[in-house]
Amino acid sequence: MSTLEDYSGQQPAWCPGCGNFGILKSFKDAMVEMDIGPEQFSIVSGIGQSSKFPHYVKCNTFNGLHGRALPVATGIRLANNEHPVMVFTGDGDCYGEGGNHLIHAIRRNINVKLFVHDNQIYGLTKGQASPTSMEGTKTKNQPFGVFSEQLNPMALAVALDCSFVARGFSGDTEHTKELIKAALSHKGFSLVDILQPCVSFNKTNTYQWYQERVYKIGPDYDPEDKVQAFQKALEWGERIPIGIIFKNNSRIIYEERIPVIKDAPLVNQSFDSIKLEGTLKEFY
Amino acid sequence: MDYTIKIGGEAGQGIQTVGGTLAGFFAKSGYHVFTNQDYESRIRGGHNFYQIRVSDSPVMSSRDKIDILVAMDRDSIPLHEKELTEIGQVVYDSSTLKQKYDNPRFLDLPFVNIALKHGDKIMASTVAVGAVLGMLGMKPDILNEIIKVTFKKKGEEIIKNNINAAKAGHDFALENCKECFSTTAAKNGQPGNPKMLISGTEAIGFGAVASGVKFYSAYPMTPATGIMNYIAGKEEEYGIIVEQAEDEISAINMSLGASFAGVRSMTGTSGGGFALMTEGLSLAGMTEIPVVIALAQRPGPATGLPTRTEQGDLMFALYAGHGEFPRIVFAPGTPEQAFYLTNKGFDLAEKYQIPVIIMTDQYLADAQWTFDEFDLSRLEYTDYRLRSDRLEKLTEYKRYAFTETGVTPLGIPGDSRHLVVIDSDEHDEDGHIVEDAEIRTRMMDKRIFKKMPHIREEIAPPALYGSKRPDIVIVGWGSTYGIMKEVVDLFSKNSNIAMMHFSEIYPFPSPENFYYLKDLHNAKLAICVENNATGQFARLMRAETGFEFKASVNKYDGRPFTLESLAGEINEYIRGL
Repeated sequence: MSTLEDYSGQQPAWCPGCGNFGILKSFKDAMVEMDIGPEQFSIVSGIGQSSKFPHYVKCNTFNGLHGRALPVATGIRLANNEHPVMVFTGDGDCYGEGGNHLIHAIRRNINVKLFVHDNQIYGLTKGQASPTSMEGTKTKNQPFGVFSEQLNPMALAVALDCSFVARGFSGDTEHTKELIKAALSHKGFSLVDILQPCVSFNKTNTYQWYQERVYKIGPDYDPEDKVQAFQKALEWGERIPIGIIFKNNSRIIYEERIPVIKDAPLVNQSFDSIKLEGTLKEFY
Repeated sequence: MDYTIKIGGEAGQGIQTVGGTLAGFFAKSGYHVFTNQDYESRIRGGHNFYQIRVSDSPVMSSRDKIDILVAMDRDSIPLHEKELTEIGQVVYDSSTLKQKYDNPRFLDLPFVNIALKHGDKIMASTVAVGAVLGMLGMKPDILNEIIKVTFKKKGEEIIKNNINAAKAGHDFALENCKECFSTTAAKNGQPGNPKMLISGTEAIGFGAVASGVKFYSAYPMTPATGIMNYIAGKEEEYGIIVEQAEDEISAINMSLGASFAGVRSMTGTSGGGFALMTEGLSLAGMTEIPVVIALAQRPGPATGLPTRTEQGDLMFALYAGHGEFPRIVFAPGTPEQAFYLTNKGFDLAEKYQIPVIIMTDQYLADAQWTFDEFDLSRLEYTDYRLRSDRLEKLTEYKRYAFTETGVTPLGIPGDSRHLVVIDSDEHDEDGHIVEDAEIRTRMMDKRIFKKMPHIREEIAPPALYGSKRPDIVIVGWGSTYGIMKEVVDLFSKNSNIAMMHFSEIYPFPSPENFYYLKDLHNAKLAICVENNATGQFARLMRAETGFEFKASVNKYDGRPFTLESLAGEINEYIRGL
């Protein structure tokens, strides 16, 4: 039986009060309840405060380049499709630098669970706007306020037919834990965008700001209805829904489409040099 | 016997079919063959050519002069007519070119009509192949074997029609080409056993497959795409996953993820794609994850000449990727070298946990050479990684533990109770992020100063060919191997000349281990031959050994050296001595 201690890694280098602490707690609680041992899965992360996450947990870790966690995660899944892979990243890392990879990971429906620490700002680089910063947000780099429209990751994911689309709030650790468990249990690419306050650099989207707006999606909501999901994804402002927004059970995961790994993971398939003689003859 | 056949035409006219079939015929007949291709960045139209050199002695370069010009479009004639030798012949179809040439050296052969007579005008290519054989006085028997294999899936009828079409073309040429070479045909006996015909692209692909590659991710880019195509063709047979990435940044990162998870991984691209991969290359260096990268050069900068050739990315390959970390760079000069160096590349990437770059270019990628055989027993395959039991039984596992050699045993995640922790930040022995000055210094020492001396020991010396105590040495790297060798042969009767060719470029072959510098210093003249503008190899030689070339031949028009043109340049230098 696992305990929280089994999943505890290094002491976090986050600011006191950081929303990341809530996500960390939710994750560890989820892992204890799901009883997946640390050596059995890998966390891939990019760069940012979010991406330090795997060091604070016990697990196989690939803390890679800014924006590039998803390709790495995809490579791991193709090499070993029996090895669970989760990605922890931030709004800048995933929706900015890594935007292209998000689109194609959803297209593939690679069986990776993506948890985005969305604090609507760049934390580690000290306060620039991110793709999810709201229009008009003023920063040192955007002295006139952000001109671009806020990116809506939920709507983007629903439009691309993403297999599992959810939004959470780090302030509600119990709810977030359940979302994490649901994503881990789902078969398909899962995007969980977790709103979290950045106490150091985001003076707009604070704990209180979120508390006043988030509401849990009710039990009579059908997450498999795509049109309704799109409408739900467009809700933002005075009311921000959290919970499972869209769930698509009809998509086959990428790994199961590949004949080469039908019977065994690639990493367990040996190299058969006997065949080389025959291949060489093809050149004559 | 040394014939050059050039097939010119628009993209889409079947140049590659004619050229490829002819080359295959000659190889199967036991001749030595060298082919090169010249094509534009388009799918239809324009002007392209396929050039085949066939001989009863080894050939490894293209000539300026041609013996047979197969003109499939009108442009071929003004563009290539001047290249014909004194006895050179043009064969064309006046109904396609809409022009008739009244010249005994122009053979009007109705490819299309003959093809139609035998079933379908698509067989015009087959007729053309038969025609060339007829002009050379070679019997089409072996061609029939090739037709049977090529069209096996299309059925007996199609095979029969093609065989007849080829014979018709052959007979027409034999009968109507009065000035052709058929009189010398009697001398063209059976030159030897069937030879293998292989291009640089195929050699790298086959080399990777033969080295146990399991994962290949790439973004299509000329002239590297062929490698992905080749390996994709072997996916099912060998249990390989080929993944087309959404961009080159994804390609390199996918390869690193797959390698981290425990399989031999590779990617391939050209200069522009490699530019996008450089952060990933730096990641490979920092995380010590084995990866092989095929860099198939084409002229830059930027989009450059997409379908042409250059040796312009040497400095880039050597120094790309921010920060300091070890790498290996190979630049094979022939498909055979490409095959074995790809294998050596995989072995060293896994052994030292470094990125290995295999450089080629459009010229080598597309050129086809004949060989008697490749010796598969020379291949290396050792699994250096820690898996299952071997990893499980360790009491503890630190991914970056300090060792004497700088190489830490490479465990794979999910295969034991131990965790594997990788970080692009500077890290401690456990793989966690550190900023500590002492650990940073020790990790740099590990990655660079501990590993490099061992890596250096793996590097082979440059190849020397020709005079043992040359007055003149021509020096080059990569795809200029064949052309330089033939130039040496051309001049060896009257000059004391040798060639020095580097196919293992970085770490640079150490002057302490090998004595090649002696030959360079003792020569009256050392000439550096490069397919680039700024003499990148010459600069590398000076940086690594202090030796400075006083003479160089540089070509940067997007085309490869031809025998006559390089010989001309070298001759100028020899005369000046």
